[in-house]
Amino acid sequence: MHRLFFILPLVVVLVLVAVFWRGLDPARNPASISSALVGKPVPPFVLPGLTPEMPGLGDADLRGQVTVLNFFASWCAPCRAEHPLLKELAAVPEIRLVGITYKDRLADSLRFLAELGDPFAAIGADETGRIGIDFGLTGVPETFVIDRDGIVRYRLAQPIDEARLADEILPLIAELTR
Amino acid sequence: MIIEIGHFALVLALVLALAQAILPLVGAQRGIRSWMLLAKPAAIGQFAFLLVAFLALVHAFVVSDFSVVIVYLNSHSSMPLLYKISGTWGNHEGSLLLWVTILAFFGALVAVFGENLPPRLKARTLSVQAMISIAFILFTLFTSNPFARISPAPFEGEELNPLLQDPGLAFHPPMLYIGYVGFSIAFSFAVAALIEGKVDAAWARWVRPWTLLSWTSLTGGIALGAHWAYYELGWGGWWFWDPVENASFMPWLMGTALLHSAIVVEKRDALKAWTLLLAILTFGCSLLGTFLVRSGVITSVHAFAQDPERGVFILAILGVALGGALTLFAWRAPVLKPGGMFAPVSREAALMLNNLFITTLTFVVLLGTLLPLIFDVLGLQDISVGPPYYKWTFIPISLPLILLAAVGPLLGWKRGDLSGALQRLWGAGILGVAGIVVAAWIDFGSEVMAALGIGVGLWLLAGTFVEWAERVRLFRTEFTESWRRMRHLPRAAYGMTLAHAGLAIAIIGMTASAAWKEEVVRQMRPGETIEIGGFTYRLEEVRGVRGPNYIAEQADFTVLKDGEFYTRLYPERRQYMVQPMPTTEAAIESHFFGDLYAVIGESDGAGAWTVRIYEEPLVPWIWTGAIVMVLGGFVSMSDRRYRVGAPSRQPAAQPAKA
Repeated sequence: MHRLFFILPLVVVLVLVAVFWRGLDPARNPASISSALVGKPVPPFVLPGLTPEMPGLGDADLRGQVTVLNFFASWCAPCRAEHPLLKELAAVPEIRLVGITYKDRLADSLRFLAELGDPFAAIGADETGRIGIDFGLTGVPETFVIDRDGIVRYRLAQPIDEARLADEILPLIAELTR
Repeated sequence: MIIEIGHFALVLALVLALAQAILPLVGAQRGIRSWMLLAKPAAIGQFAFLLVAFLALVHAFVVSDFSVVIVYLNSHSSMPLLYKISGTWGNHEGSLLLWVTILAFFGALVAVFGENLPPRLKARTLSVQAMISIAFILFTLFTSNPFARISPAPFEGEELNPLLQDPGLAFHPPMLYIGYVGFSIAFSFAVAALIEGKVDAAWARWVRPWTLLSWTSLTGGIALGAHWAYYELGWGGWWFWDPVENASFMPWLMGTALLHSAIVVEKRDALKAWTLLLAILTFGCSLLGTFLVRSGVITSVHAFAQDPERGVFILAILGVALGGALTLFAWRAPVLKPGGMFAPVSREAALMLNNLFITTLTFVVLLGTLLPLIFDVLGLQDISVGPPYYKWTFIPISLPLILLAAVGPLLGWKRGDLSGALQRLWGAGILGVAGIVVAAWIDFGSEVMAALGIGVGLWLLAGTFVEWAERVRLFRTEFTESWRRMRHLPRAAYGMTLAHAGLAIAIIGMTASAAWKEEVVRQMRPGETIEIGGFTYRLEEVRGVRGPNYIAEQADFTVLKDGEFYTRLYPERRQYMVQPMPTTEAAIESHFFGDLYAVIGESDGAGAWTVRIYEEPLVPWIWTGAIVMVLGGFVSMSDRRYRVGAPSRQPAAQPAKA
C-alpha cells in the first residue's frame, strides 16, 4: 500500500502523456477547436463592395445555397499561398465562393485581385475588422463553409491546403449539396 | 561561413554532451575517478560550443544575413539594433537554441562552482544534465534547425512581429528560460540522489541556491510578460489565464513549493521523498510548458510554433524524462531513510501544508489548461475555460495559503505554539479585518472575493513585518540591541521577509485591479472630454508621427484633476511598414493608488477616434510586489551559508568553517 503512493506520480504522468499523444493526432485539427460558431447561424452583417460598382456582401446573401466564405487581406502572405486553391473551389459548380477583405485598404485589395485573379462571386470590405470580430477571427486567412440555411458548418482557422481541401472541405460540400 | 561554424559548434556540443552523459555516470557506478572527473571539462566545453553557436546566430541577426531562413522571417534591416538582437529568440528555432544554451550554462555553473560537491553526486548530476541537453540539441538539429539557409537570399526580411518589438519583451524570454531551465538542475540533482539512494541536509543545501535562482528569474520573467501584456496589448489587463501564461505559472508554483520543502530537508532532514518528487515535477512542469507552447496541441492567443511533428518530439522528451525519473522514484524513493519527526503544529507541518496548498493550486491550473484538450480528445463537446473558473477555484484555495504564510514563520521547529503565534499576530489580524471591512464598504456586496483578497494581503504584509520585528526584538529591547540583531539576521531571513512582503503587496494590487477596474470606450473628437475615476481626459488633437520602422497616429490628452492640470498622455496606434499590423501603445501614468491608462483606436475617417480610457486601481502595486519578491530572491541567494560552501557530509570529520 505504502509503495503504491510512490508509483502514483508515474501513473498520472503516463496517463497525461497518453492524452497528449491523442491530442497530437494529425487527424485531429487543433485549428478547428473552440470554434463556437459551428452549428450556429452566421452573424448578421452588411458590407459594401470594394468599389461602388462591385456587389457587396451581407448575411442575407449567405442563404439559399451552400457558400464558402473566405476572409483574406492583401497584406497576408498565407492568403497569397492559398489563392490557387480558392480558384479550384470557385470552379465547383454547386457552391458560391464569396470573400471578405479584412482590415485592408480598398486599393490594395483590388491590386491583390488584379494580380492573382478574382475567384469570388462577391466581396465585402471589412476595413475596420468589425465583422471579423463577430466571426471570431483569429487571423487571416480563415475559411467558413455555410449551408443553405445560413448555418456555419465548418471553420478553418489557417490557410487551406491540398489535404484539407480534398479530405475535409470538398466531402463536406458534397454532403451539404446532396 | 559564420553560420556554418555555428551549426558545426552545435553538433560538437552534442558530441560532448554524449560523452558527458555516459562516462561520468558509468565512472560513478564503477568508482573510476578519471571518468567522473571528465564531467567538468565536458560541461564547460559543451557550454562553450553552444555559446559559439548562439553567438553565430545573433551575429546573423545583427548583420541582417537574410540567407538564413529565420533571419529572413523575423528581421528587417531597418529595425533598431535591440530588436535585431532580440529577434534571435523571437522565433521558435532561435529561442530553442537559447534554451539549450542556458541549459548548458547551468551545467557549466555546477561544474565550476560545485567544487565542494561529493564527486559521485557531481558526476551523476552533470550526466543527467547532459542527457537533457542531448534530447534538446537533437530536437533543435532535426526539427528546428536555426541555421537553415535559403537560396537565393532575399534582399529584405519580413520583420519581427511588431508586437514583439518592445524592450520589455526583449528580456522576457531569456529571464523566463533561465527560470524554466534552471529547474533542470534541481531535477538532475534529484535523479542523481535517487541513483545514490541518499538525500540529506547537504543535498538540500546544494539544490536550494539553484532553485532560488530559477525561481527569482521566473518571477521576474512572468512579471515582465504580464507588464508587457498590460501596456502593449492595450486591453488594460495583465493576466488572462491563457494556456501559455499558465505554462509559465505552473513551474513557478511548483518551484515555490520546492523552495519551501527544501528548507525542511535542510533544517530537519524530513520530507525527503516528497522534495525529490517536487524537484522532478517542477522541471516536469517546465517541460510541459515547452510542450504546450510549441506543439500546437492547444490553441492560445500566443502559442507560437504550432507544429504537431515537433510536438511529438517534445512529448517523447517529456515522456522519457518524467517517465524515467518517476520510475526511478517509484523504485528508489521507498528505501530512503525516514527523517526527523514533528508535531502536527510546527514549522515543518506549516511548510507541508503550504506544499499541499501549492500543489493543489498547480493541479487546478493544470486542469483548467488541459480540460478543453481532454474533452476534445474524449470526443465530448468543445469547452473553454475562462477567468470565472479560476476565480472560483484558484482564489478560494489560495486564500488560506496566504493566511498560513503569515503564521508559519512564527511557529517553532518540531513543535510550535499556535496560540502564541496567533497572539503575536493580533495587530495583523485587526489590520486584515479592517481591510475587509473598508473594501466591502467601498464596494458593498458586489465583490466578496475582492474584500477577502485585500484583507489577506494586508494580513500577510503586517504578519511578515511582525515576524521580522519579533526576530530583532523591535521595541522590546533597547534599539542598539535591535540594531545589532538586524545586522546579524541571516540574509535568508531577510529574503523570506522581502519575498512574503512582495507577495502581499502584489496580492493587494492584483485584487484591487481585478475587482475595481473601470473602463470607458467612446468615439471622441478633439476638444471632447471623458470623466473617469475622478480625472477628466480632454482629447487635444491626433497627429501623425514617424518612428524608425513605423508610422503612428499619436493622440494628445490633457488630464485634469478637480479642474487643475494633472498630466498629459500620448497613446499611439502604430502601423509597422513591413507587416501592416496595427499595434497599440497605451499611455500610462502611475500614481500611488493606480494608473491612468489611455488607448487610441481606429479613426472613423470623419474626425473622430475610438478611445478607451481605463481607471486601473493599484496596478503599480503588482509590479512593485514582483520587484520586491525578486529582490528577496537575490538577498536570500547571497546568504552566507551558500557562499562559505555546503557543509561536509560528515560534519564531525571536519572542523566547521564558520
